[in-house]
Formats: sequence, C-alpha cells, structure tokens
Amino acid sequence: MEFVIRFLAGGIVVSAFALLGDLLRPKSFAGLFSAAPSVALVTLGLAFHNQGVDYAAAEARAMIFGSIALAVYGILVCHLLMRKRWSAEAASSTALLAWFGIGAGLLMIFGA
Amino acid sequence: MTIIRLKFASLKQSRWYEYVIRFVLGGLATVLAGGIAKLAGPSWGGLFLAFPAIFCASSTLIEKHERRRKEMKHLKGARRGQEAAALDAFGAALGSAGMAAFALVVWFGQSLPPVVVLGLAMMTWGIVSVAVWYLGRIGRRNLKPFANKKLPA
Repeated sequence: MEFVIRFLAGGIVVSAFALLGDLLRPKSFAGLFSAAPSVALVTLGLAFHNQGVDYAAAEARAMIFGSIALAVYGILVCHLLMRKRWSAEAASSTALLAWFGIGAGLLMIFGA
Repeated sequence: MTIIRLKFASLKQSRWYEYVIRFVLGGLATVLAGGIAKLAGPSWGGLFLAFPAIFCASSTLIEKHERRRKEMKHLKGARRGQEAAALDAFGAALGSAGMAAFALVVWFGQSLPPVVVLGLAMMTWGIVSVAVWYLGRIGRRNLKPFANKKLPA
C-alpha cells in the first residue's frame, strides 16, 4: 500500500512541477524546475511520518551529494548537446553514469 | 531586464501521453528512492532524491517540441532543438544549488515540526534557485563584450 501512495504522490508532484516548467519562459529559468525537489518533497514527507526525524535528516544529508552530482550532470549534458552535438536522449541518459559515479563517490568519501 | 512569463501556448505542443509518461516516471522515481532507502539505508536512498530521472524525459520532449516547431515553418530544427535542451540542462545545473539548499534546511531543521521544515525548505529552494539563475544571467551578460575579443599574447 505504501508503494502505491508513493507512486501516486510522486507522480502528481513531479507532474505539477514539470507543468510549471513547461509554462515558464525563458527556457533557462524553466530549467530550474527540472531540478525541483519534487521526489524529495514526497519521500521526505513520508519519511518524517513513517520513520521519524533522524531518518529524514540522514536522507537529506545524502541528498546534498546528489545535488552536487546533479550540477555536474547538468553541465555535462549541456556540453554534450552544444559541443558534441549529441541528441537530448543520448546526452541525458549517458550522463546518468556520471551522476551516479559522482554521487556515490561523494557518499563513500564523506561517509554514508 | 529579463521578464519571467507564462506561455500557455506551450501546453498545446504536448500530447496527452507525454503527461502520462511524466506521471509514471515521477511515480517510479519516488518508489525507487523509497525502495533503495529500505534496502540500503537512508543515505543511499537520500542520494536518489536528487536523481535526474524526470530530466531525461523532459529534455527529450523539449528537443522534440522545438524541432517540430521549426520544421512546421520549413526550417531545420535539429540544432534549435539541441540548443533548447541545452538551456534546460543549464537551468537544471543552476537549480541544483536550490536543491542542495533544500536538503540543508531539512538536515538542520530537525527540531522544527515536519510541515514547517518542508515549507521552509521549499521556500529556500525557490529563493536560492532564482538568485543563482539571476546571478548566472548577470555573469553571462558581463562576459559577452569579451567573448569575441582576442586575448593579448
């Protein structure tokens, strides 16, 4: 049941932010909504409710490493599109490897 | 001065199934983050709160819409599509500062009630993201006059 709630709540919040991103101009401003903490809002809300404050705080701490990896990911995708002329699909999916490598690396260096 | 505006016409470019794809991806990303936290602990789950799963779908859609818009005017749209997706990626890179600020507020706001913490974190995300985006624009504008000049040997 919890997974169903997660799926529905996540889908609704993510869609709402994506819709806002579609509506807003200029495009670089709309891009801010691609990095909106929509998944985090739902997950941390449920973590506070189900597992408690300490659990949510531990998730939030690790999320900082994910955010740093996201900054590198965004710059890398931008580079692959503009300089290497990759398609958006190829650039955004290939750069996921860099996101995971950097995020996991930071998490292992600074402690899980 | 850049004016931030709403462009409702852009909604017409999207097909109904594109909204469904985003909904499903958003739901799956949330389930994934929760599942990883259960299996590997809150730290690994927390890392996936910043997973750019939705970005892949959004970026591909942006490229497709921009290309289609240009091709309807009998222009080559491939390059324009890539540029639009690159701008979105640049915005996401800037927005990651807001996401980190969101996480910091949740991390340090443990003594406050959860609703207040999440509300404060969302406000911080908005303020930091807009501030970083605005500073980025000022920086780019100031660098423009030097872009075409050759550096002295």
